[in-house]
Formats: sequence, C-alpha cells, structure tokens
Amino acid sequence: MTELKNELIRHSAADLAAKLASREVTAVEVTQAHLDRIADVDGQVNAFLHVNSEEALAVAAEVDAARAAGGSAAQELHALAGVPIAVKDLIVTIGQPTTAGSKILEGWHSPYDATVVKKLRAAKMPILGKTNLDEFAMGSSTEHSAYGPTRNPWDLDRIPGGSGGGSAAAVAAFEAPLALGTDTGGSIRQPGAVTGTVGVKPTYGAVSRYGAIAMASSLDQIGPVSRTVLDSALLQEVIGGHDPFDSTSLTDPFNDLVAAARVGNVAGMKIGIVKELHGEGYQAGVENRFNESLQLLRDAGAEIVEVSCPNLKYALGAYYLIMPSEVSSNLAKFDGVRFGMRVLPKDGPMTIERVMGATRAAGFGDEVKRRIILGTYALSAGYYDAYYGSAQKVRTLIQRDFDAAFAKADVLISPTAPTTAFRLGEKLDDPLAMYLNDVATIPANLAGIPGLSLPGGLADEDGLPVGIQLLAPARQDARLYRVGAVLESILEEKWGGPMLAQAPLLGSASTTAGGSN
Amino acid sequence: MAAINRDDVAHLARLAHIEMSAEELDRMAVELAVIVDSVKSVSEAAGEDVPATSHPIPLTNVFREDVVGHTFTAEQALSGAPDAFENRFKVPAILDED
Repeated sequence: MTELKNELIRHSAADLAAKLASREVTAVEVTQAHLDRIADVDGQVNAFLHVNSEEALAVAAEVDAARAAGGSAAQELHALAGVPIAVKDLIVTIGQPTTAGSKILEGWHSPYDATVVKKLRAAKMPILGKTNLDEFAMGSSTEHSAYGPTRNPWDLDRIPGGSGGGSAAAVAAFEAPLALGTDTGGSIRQPGAVTGTVGVKPTYGAVSRYGAIAMASSLDQIGPVSRTVLDSALLQEVIGGHDPFDSTSLTDPFNDLVAAARVGNVAGMKIGIVKELHGEGYQAGVENRFNESLQLLRDAGAEIVEVSCPNLKYALGAYYLIMPSEVSSNLAKFDGVRFGMRVLPKDGPMTIERVMGATRAAGFGDEVKRRIILGTYALSAGYYDAYYGSAQKVRTLIQRDFDAAFAKADVLISPTAPTTAFRLGEKLDDPLAMYLNDVATIPANLAGIPGLSLPGGLADEDGLPVGIQLLAPARQDARLYRVGAVLESILEEKWGGPMLAQAPLLGSASTTAGGSN
Repeated sequence: MAAINRDDVAHLARLAHIEMSAEELDRMAVELAVIVDSVKSVSEAAGEDVPATSHPIPLTNVFREDVVGHTFTAEQALSGAPDAFENRFKVPAILDED
C-alpha cells in the first residue's frame, strides 16, 4: 500500500489531541494536512460543499499561539482545541454559506451560529467546511443533494448513505477526523454503517437543535461522526448540554460519555437482540458480521438475550406519516420572502402566492416535494386522525416495546442497515426501496432513544462495510459508548487494526495502489 | 381509506404552494399512491385507548424570564431576503388586483 502523503490525517481525534497537547505537532500542521487531503481527494468524493480554509487555519494559529504562550492561556484550552472538524451543511454557520443541499438556499448566509457551532468555536476546533447531504436531509444516499451526490470512499460508484453522506464520507476518506451530522431517521448511523465509520444519534434533547434547519422537529437530533467510538464520546461531550434556545433541550448533564468509552469491559452486561431487526430482508453478509459480533460480545462476558418489539413492524409507516407532516410545516418558511431564492411566475398576475408557488417549484427537488405533499395530505381534514393521529399512537406502542425490552437488556443490538452500500442510481426511482434502508434506525428516532453505529467488518459477498447498531434507553447514552468501545477494540484486534486501513487510499496516493475506480 | 389520486395531488400542491406541471402531477400521484398504500396499516395498529405521543421525551412548562434576550438587527434579519425596502421585506402584490 502506498503511503499517504501526510500520516497526520490517519490519527484519531483523541490521538491528535494528545499530540497537540504535548506539542509534538501544531494545530496549523494538523489543519493544513486535512485541507491538503480535501484538495487531493474531494474531487473524487464530493463530501464538501464549502471549504473554510482561511478561518480554519486562523483558529488553528490561535490555538498554537495559546499553547506557545503557556500559562493560563494554554491551560484553558479545551482538550480538542486544534482538532479540526467538518459540519453538515444543514447546520447554520456565520461566515460560511448554508445550503441544506437545496437550490432554494444557494448562496444564503446565516446571520447566526447554531449552538453546536458556538460550542465548536468555544473549544477552538477549526471548522474545515460544510458537508454534502440529501436536500434538507431527506434521503438515504446523498443523491438528493442539489449539488451532486457524494461518493463512498470504499467504492466511488456507490452511495455513502444519507442524508449525512458528506460527513461520513469526509471522515472515512480521512478529510476530517470528526464531523457533525443530524439524524432524523438514521441520517448519522446509516451513512456510518455503509462508510465504515462511527456515528451516534444521542438521546433526543441531549444536544441542542438550535441552528439545525428543521426537518422533523420531534425526530431530529444532532450528533457526532468519527472513526472511533472514543472520538464520538469526546465530541458529544463538546456539543451536548442544556440550551435555553432549544425548548426541547434536556437539563441532564451527559458528562460521563468519555469515561464510559474507557471502561473497557462488558462482563455481566445484558445485550438484547431485537427479533424484528434482523433476519428476513437483511443481506447475508450483514447477518454474518452481525452474528460474529454477537459471538465476540458473548466471549467477552456479556449475556446475549433475545427480545421482541412487535410494534416495530409499524415503525416505517408511522415514520413516513409523522416525518412528512412535520416537514410540510417546517418547510413552509421557504417562501421566497425572508431568505433564499425568489422566482417570479413567467406570466399571469404577479401575486405573492404565485411567487411562492414558482419559487418552491424551482427551489425544491423531487423528494422534498414528495414529502411536503405527503405531509400536507396526512394532516388534511378527514385524514388527520387516521394518519397523523394513528402514527402518534404507534409511537407510544413502540416506546412501550422498548421499555419492555430494556427491562430485559442493558442495551439492544442489531445491524444498522439491511444492506451494504448500493450503487448510485440504483434506488433513485423507487422511493419506497430507498426508505427501507432506514428500517433499523427509524425506531430510535420515534422513541427518542440514543443509537450508535460502529464498523462490524466487511460483507463476504461484496467486501463493503457492515454497521452494527447499539441502542440504549433514553438518557443512557453512556452505555452505547461503553459497549461500542469494547466491541470496537475486540474487532480491531481480530482485524489487526482499524477497518478503514483496508479502504482505498484515493487521490494522488491511489495512482499506484489502484484504490479508486 | 381512499387512495390518493391526481386531483388530490393537484389540490395538495396548491395548498402547499408548489406549482406542478402536468407531467409532475402524473408522476407524483403514482408515487404517492404507493407510499400511502404502504403506510395505511398504521391506522389499524393502535386502539382507541392508546395515548398519542407527540414528543419522545415530554417536557412541560419550558419558560424563560420575560426579559429581552438576543435580537437581530434589521440589517441582519434582512441580510438573506430576496428583496427589501426601508427595513422591511419587500414582496409583490399581496392581493390579486391592480
């Protein structure tokens, strides 16, 4: 295998933090290494919609100056100061455009920072840029981006998952050690699974949603994307905590996540296999890797039990009523008046109503229109009780199922996605087939519980990454990090190193290795 | 439950302020019919006695002190507007008349 130009990009965020603290490397060197990598490979991957070089290097230089000054300036630095990060372009940032992957917001600049972005700035983590996504986070493949699809670093002809394919691919392609994602039905975890990275959807309310452009407010959650479980724990501790700007924000502390990732054992823990979340409909190679992980956890002293959540069979249906209903309401604000695009009707009377119709017709892509219409339908008089009302009841049934399951198990386990990465274009004309990708991730959003996806190996039939999903009760995010870190370390021992070491190198490094296609 | 048809989609598109071409209405009606059909079972899943969950982790009475907090300047609020005039959003005619 050809050496990468700069080995710094291979390190985890935790390792980079240690090297920065010991002044073995500077934050400018680390940030520049990632910017160089973006310049080298992003033409192939298309993970970034905007690269924020100047500001990122300036923040890195501030960190280096504080370290060089020593004393209190150095001591006050956050542990992750100088560790760069990429931000999903659904999250608003001052100084960089925010598009949400939509034409309707092309060139728009937010007048405020999301709370999570403020926290990154307070920690002095250089923001490398904004990552690609399905338009308004609606999709499972990043193909619904108005700015072209992101490609999977493992195979450039395949999807990186969605909606956060940009964040996952950026981290998988070593363009960033960390990224922020948002997860409404699996948009952090499913891209994590298909790109061989780690992604976490925290408990609903554990991380402020202020400044994440709302898709479905009762389901959306911002969370970490990384290459190791510990790195996600470190990042969730940076971005988490109560925020008065988000009235759904929890006051619980969530400050035991990093410690949990360092516990290092699962002996005596009960891990529940969810009967309804594997087996039929799941690719053989996914099932094999899943069963292998179960055996490894059993060998590590965990007790594997089987649980049943019978109402999960209604989860996808309930999700595709609740989510579009909330979408139709949240996206009403894109009206060609207050921000973004305005398109005038070609002929006829020039009223604001007709301007809205023309603007939204030109600014939204097919999937967004589909969901707005579906949501408008589900909420319309005569259908509200049968659709939206029933879906909310199903939500209660699913919560009860999970309560019962967590009475028998400390965490639950399943494959993250039913298949490995499919080819670009393969499911684009079949919305329902696309929706099925999220069948295992959606239940956590409906119930508000936390979920983590980590690499579980490569599928035998196609050599592509398989994700293992862990679920915990609401507010017990720490359990995900504890079990996830143990499973990760056992698997890496078995593989002889991180799974991503087997991924194609891409860019100039791949010219002799033949890694890209 | 009634299936969704092309006329429904045209009506919903008007309600949602999205202009749609004839071709788009045809295609959308077919796609939405498939999706609606697949989610129908939800209406039979739960009985009358099951309470609805609107919010996964219920919080009540989330208040703040009644004091002026952060506000945007008019310039900031208008910075992304397609058109503005004297500190206001500017729009074409509100009513369909001269």
